[in-house]
Amino acid sequence: MVAEDIDFTLEQGELAAIVGINGIGKSTLLRTLGKIQPKLAGGIEYSDRHLESFRSLELASEISMVLTEPVASKNLTIWELVALGRQPYTNWIGALSEKDRKSITASLQRLELEEMKHKKCYELSDGQLQRVLIARALAQDTSVILLDEPTTHLDLYHKVQILKVLKSIAHQTKKAILFTSHEIEMAIQLCDKMLVLDGGDNPFGQPCELIEQRAFEKLFPSDTVSFNPMTGSFRIEK
Amino acid sequence: MLLALVLCLGINISSGSVSIPFEDTFNAFFGGTVQKDSWQYILWNYRLPKALTAVVVGGGLALSGLLMQTLFRNPLAGPFVLGISSGASLGAALLIMGSSLFSGIFAFGLVNDVSLAIAASAGSFFVLLSVMVVASKVKDTMALLIIGLMFGSITAAFVSVLAYFTDAEKLQQYIYWSYGSVGNLSWRQLGLLSGIVLIGIVLSVLSIKVLNAFLLGENYAKSLGVNLKKSRYAIIIATGLLAGGITALAGPIAFIGMAVPHLTRQIFNTTNHTVLVPAVVIYGAILMLLCDTFAQLPTSAYVLPINAVTSIIGGPVVIWLLVRKRKMVF
Repeated sequence: MVAEDIDFTLEQGELAAIVGINGIGKSTLLRTLGKIQPKLAGGIEYSDRHLESFRSLELASEISMVLTEPVASKNLTIWELVALGRQPYTNWIGALSEKDRKSITASLQRLELEEMKHKKCYELSDGQLQRVLIARALAQDTSVILLDEPTTHLDLYHKVQILKVLKSIAHQTKKAILFTSHEIEMAIQLCDKMLVLDGGDNPFGQPCELIEQRAFEKLFPSDTVSFNPMTGSFRIEK
Repeated sequence: MLLALVLCLGINISSGSVSIPFEDTFNAFFGGTVQKDSWQYILWNYRLPKALTAVVVGGGLALSGLLMQTLFRNPLAGPFVLGISSGASLGAALLIMGSSLFSGIFAFGLVNDVSLAIAASAGSFFVLLSVMVVASKVKDTMALLIIGLMFGSITAAFVSVLAYFTDAEKLQQYIYWSYGSVGNLSWRQLGLLSGIVLIGIVLSVLSIKVLNAFLLGENYAKSLGVNLKKSRYAIIIATGLLAGGITALAGPIAFIGMAVPHLTRQIFNTTNHTVLVPAVVIYGAILMLLCDTFAQLPTSAYVLPINAVTSIIGGPVVIWLLVRKRKMVF
């Protein structure tokens, strides 16, 4: 079962999460939004323009992505990797201007990576690597950032840390940030909006509205996991 | 590094089966007098083209290796992996051994250097085109890599079938070609080879930015605005020109293409292609010159097959470097 009839609008300065069970099409939706894979049906618009009408380089200065696939070369240093985010703006050989360097440094500072900027990717923990990838997306200086499961493989503290950073970026830089996640409880607490892919009417809205609509209750079989609307958390049924 | 290259060039030229003093070598090129006329001839018409061929071949092969490793995100990639060298071997084998087999069709056993070069180029481009046709259908580079290997096996099988039915003399001629050599090129052939390699280098330089984006992976490159199809073709064509042209004229030379990019990355400790592309070309040239100097067995009359030398010297070096570093990152 793959979700159909998905309809939502994201504003600048909002952090939003796509949640849903495995295989419902969260990542597919996100990758389609980022034009990494062709869309199956429907229409996608960015600032009132159809996604298809963007040339690839134009799109690269509108949307940046953090994907689940590992970075191909683990031999890159943090600085080199973040610098690659400036590619849409550099000349034919990729020389960095003063503005590019400033943007890279600002992104590194934002994610507290400046002191270790010369470390190689293979030396980093999963949490650090995720921050590097977010810094790269930030350096790309786009109005939209799409992240595919940015909190997977991280411990509770680092999950919260990543989501809090994303939230502050969204609010302070007025970017629209959309990510897929299995951390429904955390998303309820931290996100401005949520899209719940349940294979039905796929509700979208503020977490508290969604709780009132009882959107989370039918997500999982209620004899295994039940949702408590008072605490906004799930409970395992024994 | 350029200094090291010039030094190696000097050493290479001044050593050979006929021992010529270094001063005379210097004089021969810079307008001085040389003790014997024959030395002048050896230097100008044998050793200089040979040394320059080594430079072009080494630099070109190393660059093609770098392009493939980045494109396929695989540290094991090299000119042999896409089947380009095997394609060239097939072309050469068909010409050398096929001419005796199908003597009715090829009425004359017209096997000379030029026809050999054409046959080998045709063979490598045949394989390259096949790989490119497949590449347009297959999106996964890992699959492309395996397909390249399969093409290599198929052509190798054809070659061994041909070898089975051919006579000893032709077989020997083919094996001699497959040893690889940088010493058999005339000035005209060297010019042709340099032209091909130059086109390959220009294409690579134009692809530097894209190559850096590929370090993140293809989907990330796409999200950075890279036109995947176009840039993949540019890189594959550059690789084909470099590896195909060189294999056609100098024989299949092992190891350089795969190993030099690794050695260069160890020295420069960077993955940035703005540095790597020129560094790999120069480093490949230096290594090829050293291997060729060694192959001459200075002061003796024997010349070893260059292919054996590149493997004997190079293989252990790479193993040592990797064991020391404990990982093969690219």
